[in-house]
Amino acid sequence: MDIGLLMIAPVLLGALVGAALLVWWERRLLGWWQDRLGPNRVGPFGSLQIVADMLKLLTKDDWIPPFADRVIFTLAPAAVVAGMLMGFVVVPFGPGLHVVDLNIGLLFFLAMTSLAVYGVLLAGLASNNKYSLLGGLRSAAQMVTYEVFMGLSIMGVVILTGSFNLSEIVRAQQDVWFCVPQILGLVVFTLAGIAEAHRLPFDLPEAEHELTAGYHTEYSGMKFGLIMIGEYMSVILTSAIMVTLFFGGWLGPDFLPPIVWFTAKTALIICFFVLLRAAIPRPRYDQLMSLGWKYLLPITLFNLLITGALALRGSA
Amino acid sequence: MSDLAVTEAVAQPAVIGELGAKFGDDCQFQTTVDGIPTAWVPADRIVDVMRFLKTEVQSPYPMLYDLSAIDERLRQHRDGQPDSDFTVFYHLLSLERNEDLRIKVALPESAAALPSITSVWPAANWYEREAFDMFGLDFEGHPNLRRILTPPLWEGHPLRKEHPARATELEPFSMSEEFQAAQQESLRFVPEEWGMSQSTKHTDFMFLNLGPNHPSVHGAFRLALQLDGEVVVEAVPDIGYHHRGAEKMGERQSWHTFIPYTDRIDYLGGVMNNLPYVMAIEQLAGIEVPPRAQIIRIMLAEIFRISSHLLFYGTFAQDVGQMSPIFYMFVDRERLFTIIEAITGGRMHPSWFRIGGVTQDLPEGWDVMVRDFIDYLPARLDHYHKMTMQNGILKRRTIGIGSYNTAEAIEWGVTGPSLRATGSDWDLRKKRPYGGYDQFDFDVPVAHNGDCYDRCVVRVEEMRQSIRIIEQCLNNMPGGPYKADHPATTPPAKERTMQDIETLIQHFLNVSWGPVVPPGECSVTIEATKGWNSYYLISDGGTGSYRTRIRTPSFPHLQMIPLISRGFMIADLIAILASIDFVMADVDR
Repeated sequence: MDIGLLMIAPVLLGALVGAALLVWWERRLLGWWQDRLGPNRVGPFGSLQIVADMLKLLTKDDWIPPFADRVIFTLAPAAVVAGMLMGFVVVPFGPGLHVVDLNIGLLFFLAMTSLAVYGVLLAGLASNNKYSLLGGLRSAAQMVTYEVFMGLSIMGVVILTGSFNLSEIVRAQQDVWFCVPQILGLVVFTLAGIAEAHRLPFDLPEAEHELTAGYHTEYSGMKFGLIMIGEYMSVILTSAIMVTLFFGGWLGPDFLPPIVWFTAKTALIICFFVLLRAAIPRPRYDQLMSLGWKYLLPITLFNLLITGALALRGSA
Repeated sequence: MSDLAVTEAVAQPAVIGELGAKFGDDCQFQTTVDGIPTAWVPADRIVDVMRFLKTEVQSPYPMLYDLSAIDERLRQHRDGQPDSDFTVFYHLLSLERNEDLRIKVALPESAAALPSITSVWPAANWYEREAFDMFGLDFEGHPNLRRILTPPLWEGHPLRKEHPARATELEPFSMSEEFQAAQQESLRFVPEEWGMSQSTKHTDFMFLNLGPNHPSVHGAFRLALQLDGEVVVEAVPDIGYHHRGAEKMGERQSWHTFIPYTDRIDYLGGVMNNLPYVMAIEQLAGIEVPPRAQIIRIMLAEIFRISSHLLFYGTFAQDVGQMSPIFYMFVDRERLFTIIEAITGGRMHPSWFRIGGVTQDLPEGWDVMVRDFIDYLPARLDHYHKMTMQNGILKRRTIGIGSYNTAEAIEWGVTGPSLRATGSDWDLRKKRPYGGYDQFDFDVPVAHNGDCYDRCVVRVEEMRQSIRIIEQCLNNMPGGPYKADHPATTPPAKERTMQDIETLIQHFLNVSWGPVVPPGECSVTIEATKGWNSYYLISDGGTGSYRTRIRTPSFPHLQMIPLISRGFMIADLIAILASIDFVMADVDR
């Protein structure tokens, strides 16, 4: 348990600094891919840009619109960030390197990300702004749809491992990473993960070109900062969980320590998320829903069926 | 040439006979410099005449191309025209005949009212509102005769001659509490005033104010939306936020000094905007433009067409959520602007065409720059095609969304690429080659579904055709002067000014006052980036225009939005807006 307590500070700090760095890294990466520079003025390669941004956000007027529901309006961004931070609690960064080793770790992760989505929903409703309302509605619909698949898509992994414990899941991938037998689960989990993180192409609750800024139209200053940090943390968290579930977690050849493997894999997945954002247009809201119910649901059920059948055959 | 009232001219268009046969003595005819048949009809017959021309006559005139008015009270040269204080003119188009027709109605100041033709042409709605706003004319029977370009509480009618053209002619502006309160109150949104109901038996509607400041309205443009969930029940456009009184400025500036204002009408079209304006003046003054100037003009106009279409292409992808293409296209546009800068010295608004030609000759090395670009762009366009047009999500977002057919397009005055997306091959550069386009070999891209996707397809293909035109300019650039040798060209030739007094005086007058253009009326239409753009100039024999009517393509295109967006979702509406390719400066002028 000692290691867990010791891990709290580094994980907390790591998640926050990681999210901040990711803001900068994403902008640089997008700039590079889009034939432009991106932030390159503050600090080496512009890496202190986020510090400048944070200073600006901190010194802004902390304004709550008079027509908004004050309490929920203030709590919503906190819920987003708190949910995400709690999600990091169960992530195994290396063998024994985790805050807690819950035997229901995977369920805990699902519960915490749902909490964060509630934050988005509440932010949209509490703003009492029509654009925010539409964003909140979209977020609710998206949540109902994609929570289902996110849960179902990782059941295959659970069947193969026989455990909800994330460390167990990693150890079960000694021979072959689950991205091979669970390729369908990986695809669905990736899509659901983007939808949960509200990232382009599934950023419908925000959808700048349609709803100005969607659910966070009325947010400014540090409250907006929290929402933004929450979004980037959710990218990191989703990537970390993807690595844990499908890409062998900390496992890798011995010449590098496990934590480095874990970090490198997560970083690569994050870059993939950024690439998706750069490349793909945004489907319409009903198209996203029908993609979920008409294609992803059958795929996950099929995956579950096959995995279950194979597991039964193996045990028999 | 000047205006003459003639009832029987030589080789007159058939429509004059047809009108004469039907309406007899009620019709009076006028000749104009542009040769467009022009008929005066009494106010009480206007609806009959319009209905006759739209539906009854053989080979009818289905498009109401333009409608506005002229304040005639100070005009000196009106030889043979009927007495009139305010003249309302209707510009009709028959694609079948490939002919224009202008109908005029004379109104006295004491009874400045006439019947509305919205019952014949729904598209007349905005035009009549504009004429009401600008001239204070009453269109009886109009469903919604409110101000359209100026704010609801504006005093006076800007295009009346007594209305000041400069703020310095007015008292210094001050805003009292009451004034501010009244203005605020006048902006209160009452759905019923916009033709929307608050609820039906089963549904309470939500009203969403999209704009005037919104990422996807491309400028200051407002749409009032009546929503049932995310479904658009009704969309009512509100324009005028970008109105700068360009037509009024046309009356204030000299012929020459108005050129820079034209650049800012369709601010993505650059020198393309100069073209119809200077061509109209050249026709009024009888200036022959030398071949080199003509080809230089075409080359630059096509460069600007590519630049404008590239911006359209990028924002179109961006508005359906694809983030990257716009950045690549801005890099390409930057290359174009480098060429434009080398040739003209300006970038987006070079104001580079002149009455009688262009400002300067092409600089040394221009051909290398242009050749580099036309070698470079096609590969990029192929790349964009894969990235954008072949993207499944983008296709699903845009195919079958916001479609209209050719008949609807013509009915609503839709022109240019948006018309050609419906299957019509009406390109003015082919059908009525102007300014030297008859010497070029190029195709007219056409698509058939008239939806958002096809509007983009046509524009993408047009860029390839523009490259072909530019390449032909490059390979066959004629020699000779870049400006006509005519007393009315500006700035006048300077070679002999220091040798004899007459040319010195001529030069002095032309530079200080500007050239005098003989009295007359002339309208020139071109195929601009977004559709057909006309300048209808009336000269009263002075150093400036008596009336400058700027007919822009974006104005009718926006009027059509409610028709093509009802029943779609908000996300579709954004795709529709993106596919229209409008510029608010081009709408409001």
